Order: sequence, then C-alpha cells, then structure tokens
Amino acid sequence: MAKHTFTGGIHPYDGKDLSKDKPIMDIYPGDELVFPLSQHIGAPATAIVAKGDEVLRGQRIAEAAGFVSAHVYSSVSGTVTAIEPRRVVTGDMVMSIVVKNDGQYREVEYDVYDEIDVDNLTKEDIIKRIQDAGIVGMGGAGFPTHVKLSPKEPDKIDYIIANCAECEPYLTSDYRRMIEQPEMLIEGLKCVLRLFDNAKGILAVEDNKPDCIERLKALTKDESRILVKALKTKYPQGSERQLIFATTKRAINSRMLPADAGCVVNNVDTLCAIYNAVWNGKPLMERIVTVTGDAIANPQNYRVFTGMNYRDLIDAAGGFKVEPGKVISGGPMMGFALFDLDVPTTKTASALLALTTDEASRYEPTACINCGMCLEVCPGRVMPKVLAEAADHGDLERFEKMGGMECCECGCCSYICPAKRHLTQSIKSARKIVLANRKKAGK
Amino acid sequence: MSDMMNVSSNPHIRSKVTTDKIMLCVVLALLPAAGFGVWNFGLYALWQILLTIAACVLAEAIYDLLMKKKMTVTDFSAVVTGLLLALNMPPAAPLWVGPLGGVFAIIIVKMLFGGLGQNFMNPALAARCFLVISFPAIMTNFDCDAYSGATPLASLKAGEVVNVFNMVIGRTSGTIGETSMIAIVAGACFLIMLGIIDLKIPASYIITFILFYGFFGGYGFDPYRLSAQLAGGGLMLGAFFMATDYVTRPVTKKGQIVFGIILGLLTGIFRVFGASAEGVSYSIIIGNMLTPLITKYTAPKAFGEGGERI
Repeated sequence: MAKHTFTGGIHPYDGKDLSKDKPIMDIYPGDELVFPLSQHIGAPATAIVAKGDEVLRGQRIAEAAGFVSAHVYSSVSGTVTAIEPRRVVTGDMVMSIVVKNDGQYREVEYDVYDEIDVDNLTKEDIIKRIQDAGIVGMGGAGFPTHVKLSPKEPDKIDYIIANCAECEPYLTSDYRRMIEQPEMLIEGLKCVLRLFDNAKGILAVEDNKPDCIERLKALTKDESRILVKALKTKYPQGSERQLIFATTKRAINSRMLPADAGCVVNNVDTLCAIYNAVWNGKPLMERIVTVTGDAIANPQNYRVFTGMNYRDLIDAAGGFKVEPGKVISGGPMMGFALFDLDVPTTKTASALLALTTDEASRYEPTACINCGMCLEVCPGRVMPKVLAEAADHGDLERFEKMGGMECCECGCCSYICPAKRHLTQSIKSARKIVLANRKKAGK
Repeated sequence: MSDMMNVSSNPHIRSKVTTDKIMLCVVLALLPAAGFGVWNFGLYALWQILLTIAACVLAEAIYDLLMKKKMTVTDFSAVVTGLLLALNMPPAAPLWVGPLGGVFAIIIVKMLFGGLGQNFMNPALAARCFLVISFPAIMTNFDCDAYSGATPLASLKAGEVVNVFNMVIGRTSGTIGETSMIAIVAGACFLIMLGIIDLKIPASYIITFILFYGFFGGYGFDPYRLSAQLAGGGLMLGAFFMATDYVTRPVTKKGQIVFGIILGLLTGIFRVFGASAEGVSYSIIIGNMLTPLITKYTAPKAFGEGGERI
C-alpha cells in the first residue's frame, strides 16, 4: 500500500538519536515561576489573583476572557510576587503572573472520576472538563482545545486525528509519550471520540517510529473506532493541513477549518492532557519538553512544570558542553530563536534546542537562480520565490494573488534554497502585514 | 549572554546544497563533452576552451570591481557560461573569437541585466548568436586539422550519406562540444542522478522534435535519418545543458513541459523548413523569451485550491 503522505516536503537531518532513548524524567522548578496570561490563540486570560496571594499547585490563577481563550493554572504552591510584563519566547513582553515557589507543592483537591463516572459524562460535561483544565493545542499553535471540539455540526466530523507525526527534527517528546504512556494517549483519544458519534479515530505516526506504530496497533486491535496509520517520514508531515490530506485525502485551504473537511486534529500531549482533565480533573500545568541539540551536555526528555525557567532546564541537562550558536524554543524548522534564556516554559513549549552552529547566519544570501527547488518542496504548492519577491518589493496585492496566504510558514523553502535566501522570513513578514491590514479593515 | 546569541526567523537549519556546488557539478558534467572535443579536434580546442572561460571569469571580476559590487565569480556560473560557449565554437576559430563572445555573454547579456539570475537569455547562446551574426564566415567554417567539409547535418540536408555510428560517438565535424552524443548524455545522467536537472525539458524537447520530424521531415520515422538528426548538431547539448539552464527556463513543472514542446517544434521548423541545417541555438533563445509568459500561465494551484494532487 502506498504510504500516507503529501506532495512536497524535505528530509533534513533528524537528530532524534540524541534524545529518543532517554526516558521522561521529572524535574522540579526553581524559585520563581512565570505564567504568561497569553499562552494561546485568542484573548489573553484575566488574572484572578493579586500580588501577595498564596496559591496552591493546580489552582486557577487566571480566568479565560471569553470563549476563545483559556484558563491558566499555577504549577507550584507559593506566593504571587508580581503581575507584570515579562519576556516570552517570541521576544514579546506579555503580562504574566509571577509565583515564588515555596517548594512544598501543596495541591488543590482534584475531582477524580472512576470508570462509572466517566461513562456517565455527557458530551457537555466532557467539553466542560477540558475547558476548565485550560487545555490548548500543545503542538505549538496553542488554539484552545474546547473551541476545536465544539464545531457547528459535530455529526459531520468523520475523523479525529491524533497527530503523532512529530516531524520536526530533534523533537522526541511525543515519541517518549507514545513509548511510555500509550494507554493515556489512547484514552484521551477515546474521550474525544465520545463527543463525535460518527467519527473514527486515527493515530497518525511517521514510519520512522515503527516501535510506536506496533505498540499502538497492539493496544487498539480491539477498538473498532480507532485506526493506526503509518505516514511517510517527511517534514512537515505533522502540519495540520498536510496531515489531514495524508490520512484522509481531503484538502483544505487557509480559509477553511479542519472541521470543514470533517476532521479534528489534536497532538499527542494535548490528548494526554485531555485524559488527565477528564479522568483526573487535573488542569494543564505540565508537559513533556525535549532538551537537546549538539551543544547540550546531556540531551533529555523532561516532564516540565509550565512556568519553569528555560535556564533551569538547560542546567538540569548538564548545561552547554560548547558555546551554542543558537538556542531555540521548539524545533529547528518552526521554533523561535531565543536571545534570552530567562523566559518561561509555556503550554506550547515542546523543546529547547541548542545548536553549536547557526546555519541561518552562516551563509550569506546570494541571487536567486530560479532553480525551482522551493516550488518542489513547498507543501502549500505555492511559488515561494515569487512570493518572497513580491514581499520584498512590498507588493502585497501580487503577494495575495499568488497565494501568499496559503503559506504555512513551515520553512521548507528557506531550508532547501541553494542561494540561502530567507524566503520564509520574507513571506512571513508579508503575511503578518496582510493579516494586520485585514484586521484594520474589518474594524 | 544576549550578545552571543543569534536570533533569526525560522527555519534555523539549511541544506548543504549551495549555488556554487550546483554550478561546479554542471562544470563536471560538461567535462566528458569537453574532453571528447579536445581529443577529437586536438589541443587547439583546449586553448579555445581555457581562454573563453578565462575571459568570462575575468569579465565578471572586472565588472564587479568597477561597479563596486560584491565579488560574484566564486559561484562558478561564469565558468559554466564560458565552457558552454566554448563547446559551441567551431574547432578552428581564431583564439580571440571565443573570449570576445565570453565578454559579450557576461557583460551584455548577464551583468547589465543584474547579474546571475536576472538574465533573460542563456548568456552562452546569446553570445554564440552574436558571434554567428558578427563573424558568419568564422562561425560557420568547420574545417579543421581533423576534418574538412560540411557538418554531418549539412551533408544530410544536401542529400549526402552520413555515418550515423560516428555521429553517435562523436567522430565527426561540428562545434567543439556538440559532436559526441555519448559524452553529453553521460554528463547529463550525472546531473540527473544528483537531481540538478530532470528529464521534463530534455524529454519533451526531444520527443516533440522526433514527432515533428517524423510527420513533416519528408522521410517519415526513418531510423537512419532520425538518429542522424538527434546525434547531429547541438540538439543533445542544447536539450540537456542549455534548455535546462535554471535562470532562463520556466520554473513551473507544467511550464517546463510546454517549454520543451515549443523548443522541439521550433527546432523541427528550423531544420526542416529553414535554410540552415541547424537551429537549436535560436530555438532555445526564442524559448527563453517566452519563459516569463509560460511561467505566468502555468503557475501552480495552491494546496487546498486543487493543487494538492499532482
């Protein structure tokens, strides 16, 4: 059978060997934790604690501001020392709640359910428990999960896709989850399937993880509603639109939602968080983070308390063994370059990557030779060289006409370009301007 | 801390393929044809090749210096231009003709339009056409120490018998690098295996030419005449090395096939109905000028707009 895949894409060095065999380790945070009020797409949450308040681990400290928003929980017990703007991974200053860790990890009482309780939950109850837990898409986008799970016509959803592709190089957090806690992932998927009566669940795994595929297949062999599909290993196989196409042959453009193709996509960590919320009543306050790269002394996968400082993570992994050329939050293809290590981990932080050489600045961009490699690899099937040209000339009309808004910013064009042009960067900037203009015109 | 850290937009990794590596591979791929030319026509051909390349590289270096631009000769594209032009020279042309063409190719066709990537015609071919028009006697004289008389294609057109086996191997008269089909295809295979060029343009070009010649050539699909037509003239060199020039061919997949078909038709028309037995250079140059139009009308559809399946 032909492998499930899409057209385009690249095969960069995957670097997963550095950390793939390192079991998930627990790690405890330092003295100060920072919880940005905006760790998701949508309105920033509103703080419901004040400076000087005592908080417990698992206590809600910020309330969602509207439907498309998410609650924020403290991952430690301690005292609120400030509510002030703090630097986050993107470089922006974001209003954040700062908690001084008392080191005792006193927790709130969770509303733990047994099997009978869970069976008796209505659809609304399940969504409510997910919403209450402050769960957002943990693959990086941070879209509030309860919104994703409340499409207009739930009966028209045919597939719930568990995004187990983990196509970003170096990242192994999802892999470790699938190896160590596959039951949790499957139970999470089953919770979501309860919401959609006509849907089948698909566990979509890249075929560079045959052990996961085998294990998940064995665990789901009696589940009539869950399939395991092996995807061709290729970046960006885990990009939402490409994943939907690879698994269902349905294609959506940038103006459509996965629900328009009858699909809902959730990543591994998100499904595990859903399990924790529905069964254990636990809010989202920890996640798996891969700390890796050739500049890290001991690459490792950690269970991290959100709000924890990145510098503590690096120290835990033995620090830098050589001076890093670049430190990245997330993977090398779509992650954010950090200029300051004193930033907090958030719900969407999947990795901390330290590379000895910064390949992006190593090469000077030269003239485009029209080789067409960017067209070849573009999963959006647009013409990156033409878009970047239009973007550099400030010709937004041409940019939109040539499909600039269909770009998913995956970075394949910049990666492959023999002239080392910063195509993704140009296109990204133009997309931002177009979106801002649209917003302005809408108001 | 913060001053040691590089910050930039994603992605943070880059492939190892660079422009100069691609150009160097093209040079390597042309070496069999060049080597065969030197062996076939003698050491004088080597001097032509070396001087033409030197003229191209020097012209670009001097232009960059005078215009206070970043030195661009290290990308090897001037070497490719010089080598291609030399391979298109008659073996006995005076030693100043190739270099003159090289300077024209680099300065007029390439640098004045903005340098690498901005030229709208293949510089080597444009220079060859410039030389043919300026020095027709020199450029159409294929007499040399090794051979005398007309090229095989001209003989064929005049109704004489040619030796197809010698044409495939390359033991005939012609320009320095065009005679050996085997050497050219061997070099092209190297580029195809590396993924630097693909078969879309050469295949659509050659197939269209075969069909055109078969239907309108007046001899049907006669294997003897067809193989003489394919092996003779610059068809192989043009189809694999000049029509596939990145800068001047359409960048879209569909466009490349359209481009190949147009080249095949033009070459067929020139060879069957034209006064000269040749026609590859002019076909490719005319095709080059249609490239922006072809690219425009063959722009791919985006993912989710119908372009997800190809």
